[in-house]
Amino acid sequence: MTDALLEVNGLRTVFDTRAGTVCAVDGVDATVRRGECLGVVGESGSGKSVTFASVMGLVRPPGRIEAGRILFEGRDLRALSPRQMRAIRGRDIAMTMQDALTALNPALTVGEQMAEMMEAHDESLPASRGARRRAIAERSAEMLGLVGIPSAGERLRQYPHEFSGGMRQRIMIAIALASRPKLLIADEPTTALDVTIQAQVLELITDIRAELGMSVVLITHDLGVVAEHCDRVMVMYAGQVVETGPTADVIGAPRHPYTKGLLASIPRLALRGQRIRPIEGQVPELIDLPPQCRFYSRCPERGPECLRPVEMHDAGEGREARCVRVVPEMVS
Amino acid sequence: MSLARLVERLLQLIPVLLGVSVIVFVMITLTPGDPVDIMIGDEIVTEEQEEAMRRDLGLDRPVHERFLVFLGNAVQGDFGESFYHGRPVADVIAERLPATIELTLVAMIIALVTAIPLGVLAAIKRNSILDRIATVGSLLGVSLPGFWFGILLIMLFAVQLDLLPVSGRIGYAFEIEPITHFMLIDTLLRGRPDAFLDALSHIILPAITLGLPMTAILMRVTRASMLEVLRQDYVTFAEAKGLARHRILFRHALKNALIPTVSVAAIETGSLLGGNMIVETVFGWPGLGRLVVESIFVRNYPLVQAAVLLYAVTYVMLNFFADILYTVLNPRVKL
Ligand SMILES: Nc1ncnc2c1ncn2[C@@H]1O[C@H](COP(=O)(O)OP(=O)(O)OP(=O)(O)O)[C@@H](O)[C@H]1O
Ligand code: SF4
Ligand SMILES: [Mg+2]
Repeated sequence: MTDALLEVNGLRTVFDTRAGTVCAVDGVDATVRRGECLGVVGESGSGKSVTFASVMGLVRPPGRIEAGRILFEGRDLRALSPRQMRAIRGRDIAMTMQDALTALNPALTVGEQMAEMMEAHDESLPASRGARRRAIAERSAEMLGLVGIPSAGERLRQYPHEFSGGMRQRIMIAIALASRPKLLIADEPTTALDVTIQAQVLELITDIRAELGMSVVLITHDLGVVAEHCDRVMVMYAGQVVETGPTADVIGAPRHPYTKGLLASIPRLALRGQRIRPIEGQVPELIDLPPQCRFYSRCPERGPECLRPVEMHDAGEGREARCVRVVPEMVS
Repeated sequence: MSLARLVERLLQLIPVLLGVSVIVFVMITLTPGDPVDIMIGDEIVTEEQEEAMRRDLGLDRPVHERFLVFLGNAVQGDFGESFYHGRPVADVIAERLPATIELTLVAMIIALVTAIPLGVLAAIKRNSILDRIATVGSLLGVSLPGFWFGILLIMLFAVQLDLLPVSGRIGYAFEIEPITHFMLIDTLLRGRPDAFLDALSHIILPAITLGLPMTAILMRVTRASMLEVLRQDYVTFAEAKGLARHRILFRHALKNALIPTVSVAAIETGSLLGGNMIVETVFGWPGLGRLVVESIFVRNYPLVQAAVLLYAVTYVMLNFFADILYTVLNPRVKL
């Protein structure tokens, strides 16, 4: 696939805990194409954040990437030196954190946290110090204005605690976008926001995406957001990808019983703004999983043939699902 | 911090200080031993002479009266006469104070410049050999008795290696006319680098001994808070921004990690005051701590009262200062 910006193959990320090795991400394949928006959905704990923290190389002990290949523009990120990785982080791949309230440093002004991003990556800044500072201040104010924070110039001198939760979320997005990355990983960018601001933030991301040809990974619980903004969707369950495909197809006709369950719990017309409601039963513990379909205990369609490891099955039309019942749909 | 809050905090100090003065007064009055007896020693005096002495010192009056007199005078800065020196207590204390302040400051500087880098390093290189050594070292640092450690240093550096002097502030050969009364500064102001080095060689062992527990505590606080801060989301976000490692460590992490360190340092400075008495005695340091110890032995009540009160005021003020510092450093806390 030549237009793939990011290609993840067989990613396995584990956490060594007292109770045993938690396999948070187990054999995940994912592809993000240039300019596309990939939605990532799944219940809490399904491994969405850990998958993309692995891509960023930001998994901390006791976690570690055990296997897999992460190709960005054809370069294997896992083989890069820390210095090379730092040059990619922020400039080529930017990320916003799930919890905006804790992601900004309480002891530094918003302006400084914005400026350091540009200082680190922006080569187009003027060389002389004064001009550089002015350019950064101007750009920072512009970025804050872009995410809908009024009187941005003054607010740059304020500390994070002087902003509301929603504003901090938008500041974080503004910082992530400040160096115009090729890929933005947005981990639940709208959870803390009310509906109007949610819409604004997503509009903004979509606009910039179009303008810069940026790709976006949108991690969310909100299927409505996926339906509206994502070209393709990837559904995760217990550390694995269980279904991928073009958004409209997956939402219109889900193939995996888990995806079906997710969609069934949401009234069709009220899709927008709906959060994923857990399906009956419990997500299995990610330690010492039996070699069988992970959804087995909760699956209404289960059978004896599901009691062995289940691979991804081709479901036709660029779709795949991890279920023995899935066969390529016969298209006329 | 608003002015009203500041005044409120200052007013809160009054009952504390009053309580301290009562305690000091009662304790010293209840301590066995009579100052007049001790002053007389082996000399032969008549009963009348002894009575007269008692009257002169105000010791013939009832306890509560003596306390009120003491308090009334203290408020005006008059702590009476030192029984022993026959001079105003305030003068005697003022004379000894600079040596103690100098020693305390040097001890503090030594503690800060060793504890912070060590704590940061131990946190960054968590579980490394260095971290383990630092942990064991800090455990020893808080648990070793000051006088024992001091004597150990004297044995090693002064007696065995003969590198540093055993006691005092400066060699007898040096005559330095005081300006600030801080020996290290005065020697420099007088253009006497040789005397400065001599003063430095005198202060180094007592300062290390005095600062050791503080170093140990500050190292542990720095290490713990650095580890805590490095786990925070904002550090991950800073890394996600692709910032240089030194910027993440020093600008993002250390700035937050130092907030508890600095507050604890301010409070711990108060505990240096207590350490002073032991260290000054061990090293023959001519400061307030040794004066107090001597005065306790001879039941020099007015001086001990004044000194302990001074310690209490300083201690309380340092805590107050630590609070203010915490607010200044931490933009989240608004008073
Ligand atoms: N530091 C850690 N130590 C141990 N296990 C961890 C740690 N971090 C994550 N995990 C494991 O990884 C699993 C996946 O976590 P992850 O944060 O990726 O879930 P998520 O899909 O992003 O969920 P959410 O929607 O709640 O954000 C969790 O269930 C947890 O068991
Ligand atoms: S493989 Fe079996 S148990 Fe798993 S989702 Fe498909 S039908 Fe259900
Ligand atoms: Mg998450």
